[in-house]
Amino acid sequence: MEAHAVATHAHAAPTGFIRKYIFSLDHKVIGKQYYFLALFSVVVGILLSVLMRWHLVWPDARIPLLDKLSPTGAPGGIMTPEYYLSLLTMHGTLMVFFVLTTAPQSGFGNFLLPIQIGAEDMAFPRLNMLSFWVTFAGLVVLLSSFFVGDGPPLSGWTAYTPLSAVGSVAGPGEGTGQTLWVISIALFCVGSLLGALNFITTTLDLRTRGLTLMRLPLTCWAWFITAVLALLSFAVLFAAGVLLLLDRVGGTSFFVPAGLVVSDQRIAHSGGSPLLWQHLFWFFGHPEVYIAILPGMGITSHVLSTFSRKPIFGYRAMVYAMMAIGFLGFMVWGHHMFVSGMSPYVGFAFSVFTMAIGVPSAIKTFNWLGTLWGGKLRLNTAMLFAIGFVSLFVSGGLSGLFLAQPPVDTNLHATYFVVGHFHLVMGVAAIFGMFAGTFFWFPKMFGRMMNETLGKIHFWITFVGVYCIFMPMHFLGLEGNIRRYSRFTDVNFLVPLIPLHKFMTIAAFVTAGAQFIFLFNLFWSMFKGEKATENPWEATSLEWTVPSPPPFDNFAGRHPVVYRGPYEFSVPGAPKDYVMQDAPEPVAAH
Amino acid sequence: MASHEAVTLGLHETESMWAGGRSPFAVGSKKLGMWLFIVSDAITFSALLIAYSFVRVASPSWPRPFESASIANATVMTLILLTSSITVVMAVRQAKLGNRSAVAGWLAATMLGGILFDVLHLREWVGLIEEGVRLFKNPWGTPQFGAAFFTLTGLHMTHVTVGVVYLGVIAIGTKRGKYTAEDVEVSGLYWHFVDLVWMFIFPLVYLMSAKFA
Repeated sequence: MEAHAVATHAHAAPTGFIRKYIFSLDHKVIGKQYYFLALFSVVVGILLSVLMRWHLVWPDARIPLLDKLSPTGAPGGIMTPEYYLSLLTMHGTLMVFFVLTTAPQSGFGNFLLPIQIGAEDMAFPRLNMLSFWVTFAGLVVLLSSFFVGDGPPLSGWTAYTPLSAVGSVAGPGEGTGQTLWVISIALFCVGSLLGALNFITTTLDLRTRGLTLMRLPLTCWAWFITAVLALLSFAVLFAAGVLLLLDRVGGTSFFVPAGLVVSDQRIAHSGGSPLLWQHLFWFFGHPEVYIAILPGMGITSHVLSTFSRKPIFGYRAMVYAMMAIGFLGFMVWGHHMFVSGMSPYVGFAFSVFTMAIGVPSAIKTFNWLGTLWGGKLRLNTAMLFAIGFVSLFVSGGLSGLFLAQPPVDTNLHATYFVVGHFHLVMGVAAIFGMFAGTFFWFPKMFGRMMNETLGKIHFWITFVGVYCIFMPMHFLGLEGNIRRYSRFTDVNFLVPLIPLHKFMTIAAFVTAGAQFIFLFNLFWSMFKGEKATENPWEATSLEWTVPSPPPFDNFAGRHPVVYRGPYEFSVPGAPKDYVMQDAPEPVAAH
Repeated sequence: MASHEAVTLGLHETESMWAGGRSPFAVGSKKLGMWLFIVSDAITFSALLIAYSFVRVASPSWPRPFESASIANATVMTLILLTSSITVVMAVRQAKLGNRSAVAGWLAATMLGGILFDVLHLREWVGLIEEGVRLFKNPWGTPQFGAAFFTLTGLHMTHVTVGVVYLGVIAIGTKRGKYTAEDVEVSGLYWHFVDLVWMFIFPLVYLMSAKFA
C-alpha cells in the first residue's frame, strides 16, 4: 500500500474567520497561537516575579491593586507569606509549562518544522488543533485558580506531596486551587503528548525528496528530540497527576504517609509515600528542563551558523550531543532528591550521570564557539540573542556541576544558589533562544522586519539585567539564603544580605520594564515594519525559499527537492556566500 | 533504481533509505502515530504499575483477598480478551483481502469480546464494592489495595471501552468504504495493546493477590 508515500493537504484553504484564525488546522496559524499563548503567559509570569521581588525587599510596602486581586492573600496590599508562595507557584508553573515548553517547541516548531522539511502541514492537522486547544484549556484552568476559593496553590511548580495531597488543611490555595492546578497540568500533558506524537511522525514521514535526516536543519533535530522526550516524560507526569488527583478527591493515599500532622491536625490517610511523588515527578521533571532548552539550542545553532556565514561546526556532533543529552536526561532525576534520604550509593550513580551531561553540553558549546571562530559575523539582534544564549547556558550550566555533587548539594539545596542556577541555564537561556527565534523568523511569520535599533537596545538591557538579577543569587545561596522565604527582615543572618536583594530587585524592575521595548517592537513591526523579502538573512533552509509570509500550503503545490545540507555558507567557488538547500547545480568540484 | 535517485539527489548510496518522503521503516503516518501513542500510553501504565509496586512493597502487609472463583473469573476475562485479539487479526487479514463485510463481522466479534470483558469486570467490581472495598478502604487492611486495584483496572477498563467504540466506528466506516485496510490495522494495533496491558495487570494485580498464592 503506497497511500502514505506523499502526504497531501487534506483540507483546502479556509475562508471564514473562525476556521482561519480560531479553530485553524493550518500549522502556521497554530504555531502563532502557541506563540501568543506563551507571550501572554510570560507577561503574567514576569508580573508575578516583579511582585515577589518587590515584596522581598520592601515587605511592608503596599502594592497597589493587589488587595483587589486577593483581599485575603494581600490584606491592605501587603501579601501574606502564603500568598507569596501562591505567586511563586503560579510564576513557576506558568513559566515552565506555558512559556518554556510552549513557545520554543510548539510555537516555533509548529510554524517552521513543516516548512523546513518541505511539507504542506503537520502529519495530523486535526490533532494539532486539538493539542493547542487542550493546552489553552489548561492555561484557563490554571489562571482561574486566582479567582476561586482562597487563591492559587502554594506548593510550588513541583507540587510536592504530602502538602499538595491533603487538601485545604495545608494552607490557603491547597483546596480548590491545588485541584485546579492538577487538572491544568493533566490537560497540559494531553496537549503535549498529542503534539509530540505529531512532531515525531511529521519529521520521520513528511520530509521532502532528498532531505535525509542528516540534512535536516538543527532546529528540526532539536524539535524532534524534544518531542521524543515529551512523549516519554509527559506520560509519566500524567500518571502522577491522576494519582495525585485521586489522593485529593478520591480519598486514596498514594502519597500521604501514616501519622502525618499538618497545621496541628492529624491527617486520616496512611500508607502512602511522599517519595513516590518525587520519583514520578522528577522522572518527568528532569527531561522537562531539556524539553525547555533543546529547541533553544537548535535555534541558536541555526542562527549562529547563518550570521557567522559559516557551516555549523561539527553538524553530526551537534546531533549526537542532543541525543546524548536527551538520553542522559532520563537517568538523572534523582539529583533533585539528594536530600530526600536516598542511599548514598544511588546518589553517587545519579551524580555521575548528571556530571556526564557536561560532556555533550561542552561539545555543543565548543561547536558554537568553533562556528563563530573566524566567521564574518553579522551582529544583528537575532545573532546577539543567540550569542547571549551561549553565554547564559555556560554561566548557568557551570553551577550545575556544583549541584551535581551530593555533598555540595546537601549544603546548597533549597537555597538561592539553585534558583540562580536554573533561572540562568533553563529559564533565561531558553527565553534568549525565543528572542533569537523571534527576531530571526519574524519576517517569515509576519511578512515584515522588526526594528533592529530597538532590538539591540532591548538586548543589551536584558542581557546585563538578567546577569544582575541572577548572578548574585549564587552568592546568596553560598551564604545560606533559603529560597521561598517571603521576607528576610525577621531572620538575623539574612538581614545583611538585604542590600544585595535590593540591587537585584531594581535590576528586575529595569529588566522587566525593558520588555516593553520588545512588546512595542513586536506589535509595531507587525503592522508598520519594513516589508520583508523572501530571504532577508541570506539563509539556506527551505523556509527561505517561499514568500514571507508563506502561502496556505507553504510551497504553492510545489514539492521542493533538497540537494544538500542546511549550512552551506561561504562554499568556495559558489557565486554567493550561501547555497540554498534546494539548489541543484554542483557548486564546487570535489 | 534507488541508487540512481540517490546519485541525482547528491546522496551517498547508503543514505537513500533515509531520504525524505518515507520513514526509516516505511511506516505510514497513521500507523506511526498509533505506535507513538502506544509507547506513551504504555509508559503511563508502567508509571502506574510502578507506583502500585512501590506502595505494595512499602506496606507491611498487602491483602490477598482473591478466592479461586475470582481468579477463575479473571482467567475467563483473560481468555476472552486473548480471543478478541485473534478476531481482530482476522479482521485485518480480511481488510487486506478487501472483504469489507467480513471485516465488519470480525470487528463486531471483537467488540463483543470487549463488551463481555467489561460486563464480567463490572460484575466483579460490584461484588468487591458490596464486600466493602473502596478507593480508600477495604475489609482486609492496607487501604492502598482498593486504590491500586480500582485505578489500574479502571484505567484499563476505560481503554477497553474506548476501544469498543473505536472498533465500532472503524467497522461501520469500513463497511461504507470510508476506511482503508491500514485504518483497520491501526485500530487492531490499539486493541492488541489494550490486550497486552491486561497481560501485565492479570498477574500483578490478581495472581499476586490470590488467597492461595
